[in-house]
Amino acid sequence: MNWKLVFQIAVTHLFTKKRQSLVAMLGVTFGISMFIIMISFMTGVNQFLEDMAMDNTPHVRLYKPIEIHDRKIIAESNKDAKNWFVVTHQKPKNELPRIKNGFRIMQQIEAMPEVLGVAPQVATQVFFNNGPVQIPGNIAGVDVKKQAALFGLDKKMDFGDVYDLMKGSDVVIMGKGLAAKMGVKLGSRISITTPSGNNLSLKVVGIFSFGIATYDESRCYATIPTVQKILQKDPSYVTDLNIKLHDINNAVPFRLKLESIYKEVYFEDWEKANAGILAGDKIRNILTAVVCATLLTVAGFGIYNIMNMNIINKMKDIAILKATGFQGRDITGIFLMQSLMIGIAGGILGIGIGFFFSYLLSITPFPEATFFRIKTFPVNFLPIHYIAGLLFGFITTLFAGYFPSRRAAKIDPVQIIRG
Amino acid sequence: MSTTVLRAQNIIKYFTEPEKFQVLKGVEFEVMKGEFLSIIGKSGCGKSTLLYILSTMDTDYEGLLDIRGERLTGKTQNELAAFRNEHLGFVFQFHYLLPEFSALRNVMLPALKLGKYAPQEIEERAMDKLRLVDMHSFALKFASKLSGGQQQRVAIARALINDPDVIMCDEPTGNLDKANSQKVYEIFRRLTRENGQTIIAVTHDPDFANGCDRIIEMEDGKIVNASHTK
Repeated sequence: MNWKLVFQIAVTHLFTKKRQSLVAMLGVTFGISMFIIMISFMTGVNQFLEDMAMDNTPHVRLYKPIEIHDRKIIAESNKDAKNWFVVTHQKPKNELPRIKNGFRIMQQIEAMPEVLGVAPQVATQVFFNNGPVQIPGNIAGVDVKKQAALFGLDKKMDFGDVYDLMKGSDVVIMGKGLAAKMGVKLGSRISITTPSGNNLSLKVVGIFSFGIATYDESRCYATIPTVQKILQKDPSYVTDLNIKLHDINNAVPFRLKLESIYKEVYFEDWEKANAGILAGDKIRNILTAVVCATLLTVAGFGIYNIMNMNIINKMKDIAILKATGFQGRDITGIFLMQSLMIGIAGGILGIGIGFFFSYLLSITPFPEATFFRIKTFPVNFLPIHYIAGLLFGFITTLFAGYFPSRRAAKIDPVQIIRG
Repeated sequence: MSTTVLRAQNIIKYFTEPEKFQVLKGVEFEVMKGEFLSIIGKSGCGKSTLLYILSTMDTDYEGLLDIRGERLTGKTQNELAAFRNEHLGFVFQFHYLLPEFSALRNVMLPALKLGKYAPQEIEERAMDKLRLVDMHSFALKFASKLSGGQQQRVAIARALINDPDVIMCDEPTGNLDKANSQKVYEIFRRLTRENGQTIIAVTHDPDFANGCDRIIEMEDGKIVNASHTK
């Protein structure tokens, strides 16, 4: 097969039908550029949401839940008896959500090689008193330096400085939504009621926002001693250990390892805690794939149609080429090459335009960032997307061009020439 | 001393559309090297059908066909395409040049396909063929810009580019006026005399036919009369 000759004929065909070739090419261009924009934006959103959620989500959380154990003391003390023991309305034991030897466990875990750091936390539910209205929420006592280093608390501050927490006692920083609800400004004093019924007055020295409603509308942070004081507990009282690992993907095996060492406490890994976000990721990925496949299929059908028309217009030429000795595969080559040239040119233009619009989107200010901590639209620029775009364009046009080209090769010259 | 260049034996052909119908009923003849042969007959007598079987483009027939001593019946489409490319030339009633290409390029294409010579040499040979049909001054014009007679002459140049043994023509003068017909006839006459190439032409033009070496007359799918002129 004479590739050079086939190529020359294909190019001549393309350039004499400039408008038609251009329309076919723009179909591919549109499909690919939309693909690039969609996938860049969608993966950007996924990345952003994941980062936002992961920033203050521990990879593994260690805590002590208060729950009813399915174990009955009366049954355990009568193991030999072949009786059933039915206990109705069983109540939990009067336990505290305290982790026994919490700070010692923290030191042990911190010494493990997989661990980036462990932040201890004393969390409690409280009521925020806004005049006669009580707003339910919670206060977390944290090690300020560790919380800043591991969970970036210092970067979430809208007003005030997180380190001011360490400068005084009875001071808190408050979530943006909660502060708005209470009409609290920097330096205001608030009154809270603890679960055991004590009333306390605290000073607000900072306002933070994570961009996550559950935190911003119900949470305050203070130092561990402050919260221990609120709860009237001793300095060894700790309720949660929030663990960050070097490798986030190691969370599940690491949790299993910890579970085998510490039997008395419970662990939760981030995948379980963020099942909703992961499901959202999946749905967005499926959506992107469906939209992109649709766009490329439509572009493919466009090429298929144009190539079919092209071949019907060129019946006579095909007949004469075959009469003068061109073989079926030469004819297939001529038309397939046209299709591929349309695909490649359209694909290159498409990723160019896709990049351009992705870039524009990435510098477009996000509308009135009241909630998300974000200035512009989140857009990813990954080379793999651009390679995939080109490849999709190539494959789509290969398929769209193949069937009409096969048809062209099967044209019977006698029928055309005899009319 | 003349040798047989084409031999057709007992060619039978059916049309199945719209209903089964026998077009050719056992056609047998031989053609000599350098012969200028006309096939005449009324419309529907099967002469064009016969020509397309001889041209190897129609393979759906019974009987045997040999050209240059080579048995062509039963060969694959691709083998036949290669054979056509090298040994057969075609001139059709409706010119059939590729409109996007220049006259020169049209003539060159079958030679480029054959790939026997370098492109540079093919271009020179194509110019020679165009000169032969007196079209060399239009070489770089696009085919779509030429008149009917000019296109027909370019088509003849194209048929000649690979120096085929046999040139098949379907109504080569059917669409041409008197002057152009005369030119085409003279070119063919010269090819047979000077180059020893064989020409088989289906025609309705009595003047054209009478100028040939031999006329085969067909009627109802059979040869009814084969006579040498002069």
